Amino acid sequence: MTKREWIERVYRRAEERPVRFSTVSDMEVDPLYTADDLGPDAAARIGLPGDFPYTRGVYPSMYRGRLWTMRQFAGFGTAEDTNARFRFLLAQGQTGLSTAFDMPTLMGYDADHPRAQGEVGREGVAVSSLVDMRALFHGIRLDQVTTSMTVNCTASILLAMYLAVAEEQGVPWTAVGGTIQNDMLKEFIAQKEWICPPEPSLRIVVDMIAFCTEHVPRWHPVSISGYHIREAGSTAVQELAFTLADGIAYVEAAVARGLDVDRFGPRLSFFWNLHNDFLEEVAKLRAARRMWAHVMRDRFGATNPRAMQLRTHAQTAGASLTAQQPLNNVVRVAVQALAGVLGGVQSLHTNSLDETLALPSEQAVMVALRTQQILAEESGVANVVDPLGGSWAIEALTDRLEREANAYIARIDGLGGMVRAIELGYPQKEIAEAAYVYQQQLDRGEKVVVGVNRYQVPEERPPELLRVPLEVEARQADRVRRLKRERDGTAACAALGRVRAAAASGENLMPPLVQAVKALCTVGEIADAFRDVFGVYRDPAWL
Amino acid sequence: MAVSARRLRILVAKPGLDGHDRGAKIIARALRDAGFEVIYTGLHQTPAMIAEAAVQEDVDAVGLSVLSGAHGTLFPAVLDELRSRGGGNVVVFGGGIVPDEDRPALLAAGVAAIFTPGTSTREIVDWVRANVRPRAA
Repeated sequence: MTKREWIERVYRRAEERPVRFSTVSDMEVDPLYTADDLGPDAAARIGLPGDFPYTRGVYPSMYRGRLWTMRQFAGFGTAEDTNARFRFLLAQGQTGLSTAFDMPTLMGYDADHPRAQGEVGREGVAVSSLVDMRALFHGIRLDQVTTSMTVNCTASILLAMYLAVAEEQGVPWTAVGGTIQNDMLKEFIAQKEWICPPEPSLRIVVDMIAFCTEHVPRWHPVSISGYHIREAGSTAVQELAFTLADGIAYVEAAVARGLDVDRFGPRLSFFWNLHNDFLEEVAKLRAARRMWAHVMRDRFGATNPRAMQLRTHAQTAGASLTAQQPLNNVVRVAVQALAGVLGGVQSLHTNSLDETLALPSEQAVMVALRTQQILAEESGVANVVDPLGGSWAIEALTDRLEREANAYIARIDGLGGMVRAIELGYPQKEIAEAAYVYQQQLDRGEKVVVGVNRYQVPEERPPELLRVPLEVEARQADRVRRLKRERDGTAACAALGRVRAAAASGENLMPPLVQAVKALCTVGEIADAFRDVFGVYRDPAWL
Repeated sequence: MAVSARRLRILVAKPGLDGHDRGAKIIARALRDAGFEVIYTGLHQTPAMIAEAAVQEDVDAVGLSVLSGAHGTLFPAVLDELRSRGGGNVVVFGGGIVPDEDRPALLAAGVAAIFTPGTSTREIVDWVRANVRPRAA
């Protein structure tokens, strides 16, 4: 009996609940998948682990060779506060660091700027100068850990500081490993942290790719991110499509600069969201690997297999967590993290149960890390490579996500590529529409969020939240004012002039940036130089 | 009756530096779909810019969205800026990642209502209908 015959003769007579069977992204799914869904060339399309097109994983032995890196994103208050949290996490068995910066640092304002008021140290750690960066990594050797830094429009400045700290520790740049997010295109699409317009922003990203390829070979100079696209309300298909289209735009720009795709390609990394819909998320990660392998080989002519392998970090979905009955979030995070592991990620952040209320408390972040450790050490899922591979449902969904995402990418190509699409507001409007549709489905009860629109209880919220005292702001602002007063002003001024000149001439910005941060130029001062030379981008405020 | 027939004008605003505009845009669309006139400021507005826009556009209410934890500074600052421009009777409501303990201070500062994650758009539309009246011209 074929699938169609089974559905018509058997399933139609079976009982079915009166609901739409669809993913969280509103993709309707079949009641059953069989070999009929996969077609005759399935084996070649799926392949084997460590082999093109990497559907089943980029490494042959996957977690039998090496577990994923457990990397909890952390940052709040001053550099000293966050340094203490880093050491706590390392002591708990965490294997990599991940830095959250506060909004002023992310947007290019020093702690003493009027625009920083109320924001200093609140959503991450405040870093205004090399002095703060030094304190942030105090007692942590930069050749002993890998560090991820979530920063975008000021990424070049923060990377320059990190390299300066390594140098002070006597660690050569060739021994420094880690990732900087530095994905400016998704900023315009989703996360909305920017200084300059898209074109100069892209130029800085390419400067960093070129610089790191030559001088910091273990660094990932861009982490092409679907995470924020999904958090902004996209569907899984949109996350997949827009992220890969961003990747295509970076590779095009780097190739246009004369860089060799086989040399910089292996240093590109990715960052996906792990949402509630388990099957859809596993399929998304598998589709992403296969699509990227084809993009790099077929579109860009890469011949180095490492340039075709999509290596990725992933984080459970912040937007899926609820303020209501927050203990339920532990379960959501576990399911999402399992999707990441069965989807073959290289690095993982699990969210804390209290994140819809405040930055995570130490106790909450411990449960989140333990969730990963339980998956790794107790569940057994790390023992078999790609254990879901060959599941008809998973393979059929993988094919479908790939097909639908490729249709989006073709549309973006048709508009003239992602930079042009962003200028037209295309991905932004698609995401806003999807977010609104989902909210309406929640409001009507068509999609269920446990504890929010079904199974509600009257409740008290948990009292143990992390609070960042307001005095942090005054202290940090004082620190940066004192720095500006006490440093060698002439040297700082000259170094800033060299950044400005490189920005204007098109020369690679990284070498003068390293000199500028060593001369104690601040994040705000360097961002101001970018504003002067490149101009300022303003939110088009599309609804 | 004729006096109150004017449609309510509402400014939806994003003060501060955070770029999380999903909520603000959903609320703006929901209020517009409910029949109100809605103006959306876009991101990265200072309290002064928001108050200026509210007065210039002669709105009846301002809805603020902050997800960076800076609500304790930014919400009262918008109210101060409104008062200093003669907009003290504009109804100000807000939403975002606002812990319960922060509510009393914000309400005392003059914020009329705080909506936190999980609130449906209907609740907010109903609240606006019940609590915002067209300001006298």
